[in-house]
Amino acid sequence: MRITTTTGLAVAALLRAKMRSLLTTLGVVIGVAAVIIMQSMGTGATALVTGELSGLGSNMLMMIPGSAHGMGGPNRSAPLFTPADLEAIHRECPAVRYAASSNGRSARVVVGERNRSTNLLGTTAEYFDIRQWGTELGRTLSDDDQRQAAKVCVIGETIRNELFGAGVDPVGAEMRVHETSCRVIGVLEAKGASTFGQDQDDLVLMPASTFARRIMGDDKIGVVMLSAVSEDRIDEAKAQVESLMRQRRRILEGEEDDFTVRDMRELIALMGTVTGVLTSLLAGVAAVSLLVGGIGIMNIMLVSVTERTREIGIRLAVGARARDILAQFLVEAVVLSLLGGILGLLIGAGGSYAASRMLGIPFTLPPMAALLAVIVSVVVGVVFGVFPARKAAHLHPIEALRFE
Amino acid sequence: MAEPGGPLLSLRSVTKVFGEGDATVHALRGVDLDIHPGEFVAIMGTSGSGKSTAMNILGCLDVPSSGQYLVEGIPVEDLPADVLAALRNDRLGFVFQGFNLLPRTSALANVELPLVYADVPARERGRRARQALAEVGLAGREDAHPNQLSGGQQQRVAIARALINEPEVLLADEPTGNLDSRTSAEIMTLLSGLNRDRGITIVMVTHDVEIAEYAGRLVTFRDGGILSDQPRSAA
Ligand SMILES: Nc1ncnc2c1ncn2[C@@H]1O[C@H](COP(=O)(O)OP(=O)(O)O)[C@@H](O)[C@H]1O
Ligand SMILES: [Mg+2]
Repeated sequence: MRITTTTGLAVAALLRAKMRSLLTTLGVVIGVAAVIIMQSMGTGATALVTGELSGLGSNMLMMIPGSAHGMGGPNRSAPLFTPADLEAIHRECPAVRYAASSNGRSARVVVGERNRSTNLLGTTAEYFDIRQWGTELGRTLSDDDQRQAAKVCVIGETIRNELFGAGVDPVGAEMRVHETSCRVIGVLEAKGASTFGQDQDDLVLMPASTFARRIMGDDKIGVVMLSAVSEDRIDEAKAQVESLMRQRRRILEGEEDDFTVRDMRELIALMGTVTGVLTSLLAGVAAVSLLVGGIGIMNIMLVSVTERTREIGIRLAVGARARDILAQFLVEAVVLSLLGGILGLLIGAGGSYAASRMLGIPFTLPPMAALLAVIVSVVVGVVFGVFPARKAAHLHPIEALRFE
Repeated sequence: MAEPGGPLLSLRSVTKVFGEGDATVHALRGVDLDIHPGEFVAIMGTSGSGKSTAMNILGCLDVPSSGQYLVEGIPVEDLPADVLAALRNDRLGFVFQGFNLLPRTSALANVELPLVYADVPARERGRRARQALAEVGLAGREDAHPNQLSGGQQQRVAIARALINEPEVLLADEPTGNLDSRTSAEIMTLLSGLNRDRGITIVMVTHDVEIAEYAGRLVTFRDGGILSDQPRSAA
């Protein structure tokens, strides 16, 4: 029998029981919608996270104390870095363009009656180059500020709004930072919240030397931020810094480093695994609902084969071959599940659009996802349609005709 | 191939057993029957004597438990399932007592059905089905569904369906069993015309002696065997 004739038969049979057909496809609708949302949100979230991380400066490297193979996080016993280390990196690592110290702690900042607990960062001029941060008002920290241990600070948008008021120009104003009076020299460009909901504008930066003298009481450096000359020299920069530090720390051949240099690509890869976990979770939901949907289709097709036993008998009596009956019921199952797939695609696309709007993730619907939805639903139809269709095809003509 | 002048259909010592153990039924107990081309055979016999069982075997809808069924001298048991389907499709036409039309399907679509499985294109199917309906006197009722037709009209649709592929043999199992006598007479006029004018071989089961009058040969069944087999020309 021709495939167009078979398809016509299938559609006619399904139209005879519209409501039942629609309800039967529900499982596949949900399954395919989950596949679509998974694809769309997965790509959206990955694009967002990698975009944000590369916004950190993709040439960026970060050196922290402790072995990379330790139990995660900086090792307390591992020695911190010194201003001399920083100078040596500047001097001896040609693949490193910028290097800046970075020490953070929380601190209370006060202006008049208003005060706020914020993140205080002691750093050097090149930090702004590494992070590619500019100012909205005033200027960033300079080498002179560092040399003189000047009592100056650059503040984030949130600090300006909370302590001085939105729209106010605070440059030149005094602000108390943890018992020290500082002059505001600049306001950073607003960056908004990060993917993880952190306010990136809630911070105060001061020269590392001032931070060491006024706040911490020593000039040890917790984190060294670095930037390679170019993206293709990241590995080279990393190797140069590592070998310099091993030399300066007199780490012998075969001994493990007591510091770690990480680059952003590793971080991006890490984020990839996080979104990967989310994606596989959604994939699980999709798989379960497709399974349930498939069983639903199988069930209704079995019912349909039983109900239409006489019809099958009549068809066999006028010359249908087993494979004609098989094709008829298989095509019916596939049409049913394809219908579910198309509905699921529409609902999935609508759902991911709404969700991406709500979560502030860019909306993408990869063409592959649409193709996948169609393929998946056809496969479900075939897999779960084969059993009922075979049952129909193997009926005995007379027994089928005698069926009440 | 069959020798010229040989029987078109022949049953050789055919038995048919249904069920097993206490429930065993011997529906046919060794039936020998030859049907020659162009014959019009009526089969009579008490209820349960095995007439329908024999008809189903003749129509390739069922197989003997033992013995042989030959079509043009070829044993049907040797034929693959697809060849049997093709045989049912274009060499044998079957008419049932209960019509066996597809419900919620137009008369036209019912008549087209055998052509669907013969891979005839849709336009050609429609044309031939229309013509077949006209030949059984149902022109204009193409779009009617079975539940919109009388019993006689439904049986005409079934006959049109059986004839659409121009089969050599028409097998009719109590074709008038569900019809009143006037409608029965109309159906019989139709069938004997097909036998006389087109040379279609007809095997028909009936309970009604008057209906059997239309046939040229009368075979009587009893208890799964043939009681008598005689020409009706004497009548
Ligand atoms: N599929 C079947 N299963 C069991 N018994 C059957 C079946 N078909 C027919 N029979 C039995 O076989 C016998 C002959 O039946 P059938 O050929 O239909 O008789 P008839 O058509 O002459 O009335 C009956 O006793 C009937 O009950
Ligand atoms: Mg009978």
